[in-house]
Amino acid sequence: MNSRMRDTVQGYLFISPVVLGLLIFTIGPMLTSFYMSFTKFPLLRAPEWIGLRNYIVMFTSDRNFWQACKVTLIYAATSVPLGLVGAFILAILLNQRVKGIAFFRTSFYMPAIVPAIASLILWGWLMNRDYGLINAVLVRLGFQKFSFFAEPETALASMVMMSLWGVGAGMIIYLAGLQGIPESLYEAGKLDGANEAQLFWNITIPMMTPTIFFNLVMGLIAASQTFMNAFVLTSGGPLKSTYFYNLMLYERAFNWTQMGMASAMAWFLLFVVLILTLLVFRSSALWVFYEAEVR
Amino acid sequence: MVSDQEVYRGLLDLDWRRRPGQSYRILFTYLILIVSAAVFLLPLLWMVTTSLKTQAEVYVFPPTFWPETLRWQNFPEGWTYESMQWTRWLVNTLTITFAVMAGTLVSATLCGYGFARISFPGRDVWFVMVLASIMLPSTVTLIPLFVGFHRVGWLDTFLPLTVPAFFGGGAFNIFLMRQFFKGIPIELEEAALIDGANRLRILWQIFVPLSRPVIATISVFTFQAVWNDYFGPLIFLTSQENYTLALGITFFKGLYNTQIPYMMAMSFLMVIPMIFVFFFAQKLMIRGVILSGIKT
Repeated sequence: MNSRMRDTVQGYLFISPVVLGLLIFTIGPMLTSFYMSFTKFPLLRAPEWIGLRNYIVMFTSDRNFWQACKVTLIYAATSVPLGLVGAFILAILLNQRVKGIAFFRTSFYMPAIVPAIASLILWGWLMNRDYGLINAVLVRLGFQKFSFFAEPETALASMVMMSLWGVGAGMIIYLAGLQGIPESLYEAGKLDGANEAQLFWNITIPMMTPTIFFNLVMGLIAASQTFMNAFVLTSGGPLKSTYFYNLMLYERAFNWTQMGMASAMAWFLLFVVLILTLLVFRSSALWVFYEAEVR
Repeated sequence: MVSDQEVYRGLLDLDWRRRPGQSYRILFTYLILIVSAAVFLLPLLWMVTTSLKTQAEVYVFPPTFWPETLRWQNFPEGWTYESMQWTRWLVNTLTITFAVMAGTLVSATLCGYGFARISFPGRDVWFVMVLASIMLPSTVTLIPLFVGFHRVGWLDTFLPLTVPAFFGGGAFNIFLMRQFFKGIPIELEEAALIDGANRLRILWQIFVPLSRPVIATISVFTFQAVWNDYFGPLIFLTSQENYTLALGITFFKGLYNTQIPYMMAMSFLMVIPMIFVFFFAQKLMIRGVILSGIKT
C-alpha cells in the first residue's frame, strides 16, 4: 500500500464517526422527513402517500398555520434586532477605560449561563401580573400594572423583553471584535481631524459589520426555532398570541401524531430559513466590510 | 483570526489602551454600567430571595424584597416534595451529561485530527458538510429521528440523547479541535511517524497532552449544553423516573403551580453548578463564545 492510499484509508477511519453521524443522524433523517412530508403517517401505521395534500392543507385550510408564521416572524423581527443593538451597546460601554470591568462583564454575561428552564420559571414569576416584581416597580413609579403573559396584546412583547436578558453572549462576541480593531485606525482618523462620532461611524461600525453579520444570521436561525418560551409559559396563548411555529409543529407531531404534517411544516421552515439566510448573505455584500478586500 | 493571547490581553487582563476619557464621561459610563448591571443581576437575586420566603410571603403585593425570615427548609422540603424524585433526576442528568461528554471528546478528537492532519480526497467536502450542519434547523431531522428511535425501541431510554454524541460530537467541537490541531508544529508528528509510530498513538501521546485548553473548553461547553438541554429529554423521555432536572422542573410547575418558593429553590439548585463552572472556567467559556463568533 503506498502512502497516499494509506492516508486515504486512515483519514476516513479517523473521520468515520462524523461521516457516519452525518449520514445516520442528519442526511438520512432529512431525506426521510422530506419523503414523510408527502405522506399521511400516524406513527403506528405505515406512511401512506398522499402527494401534496399536507402542504395544501397547511397553506389553505389551517388558519393556525399562518398565525404561527406571523407570531414567529414578529418575534424574530423584533427580538433579533433589539438583541443585536442591546449587546452592541453593552459591548461599547465595556470597551472603555473604566475600572472594575471584570465585574460588569460577569454581571452582563451571568444570565446567559442560567439554564433556560430556570430562567423561564423565574421570568414567569417576575412578570406575574398580580404578584410580580416588575409590576411592583411599575406601580411604585406611578404606572399601571402591565398584564405581560395574561393578555393577547402583551404576551408576545413580554417574550421579546424577556429574551433581552440573555444578550450577554452576543456582547462577549462584540467585545472581542471591538478589541480586535487596530488602534492605528483611530489614530489615523484623529490625525485627519475626525471627532468621536465620526470615528465611531466610519471606523468602529464598519470594522464590526462581520461580527454583526454573524450574530444576525445565528440569531435569526435560533429565533425561527423558538419553542420553550411558549411551551412552558403560555402554551401558545392567550388566544394563540404566542403560538410559535415550532409549538404548532410539536403539537402536530407529538399530541396528534401527524408525523407527515409535522414533516411538511419542518421542510417549510427549512425552506424559509434557507431563503432568509441567503438574502442576508446576499445583502452582506452591501453592508459587511471585510478588511481583506482593501488590502 | 484573533489569537487567544490578543483576546485575553484585551478582555481579561484589563489592558485598556483606548483613548483616555474626560471625567464626566467616565462618570456617565459608570452610571449606565451600574444601572444595567443591577437590571441584569436583580432577577437572579430575586430568584434566591423568593426561594427563601414562606408561601404566604410570596403572595403579597407589593412584594417584600428581603424575606422576613430566611426559610432554608424550602430546599430540603422542595427536594422531597410529594411525588418529586429530584435525587433520581439529578443522577439521570449527570449520567447523560457524562456520557455525552465522553462521546463528544473521543469522537471530536478523532475527527478533528483526521481533518487537520491527514490529507485525502473528499476531506474538504466532508468538512464543509460538517460546518453546514451547524446552520441546519434541528426540527428537520426531529420527526424521522423520533420515528427511528421508536422503531429500535430506544424511546424512554437515555440512548437517543447520548449515542449521537459518539458520532462526531457536534460540528462546532470538531471545528475547535481541528483549528487547535492545525496549530501544533508538524515536526513533532513527522519525527514520530518516521520512528514508525502509528497515528492513533501520535494522537494520544503527542496531540492530546498538548490540547488541554481546547479539551477543557469543549468539556465546559458540552456540560453546559447537556445540563441545560430541555427539548431532547422532552421528546425522548416519557416516564417520570427517567426525567432530567429540566423536565422535573416543568413537571413540578405543572402539578404545583402555586408552590413558588419550592419552584424557585429547585430552579436555583439547577443554576448553582453553572455558576461554579462559570467561576472556575470563566476564561474557557468566554473563549468558547468568542471562537464561536470569529470563526467566519
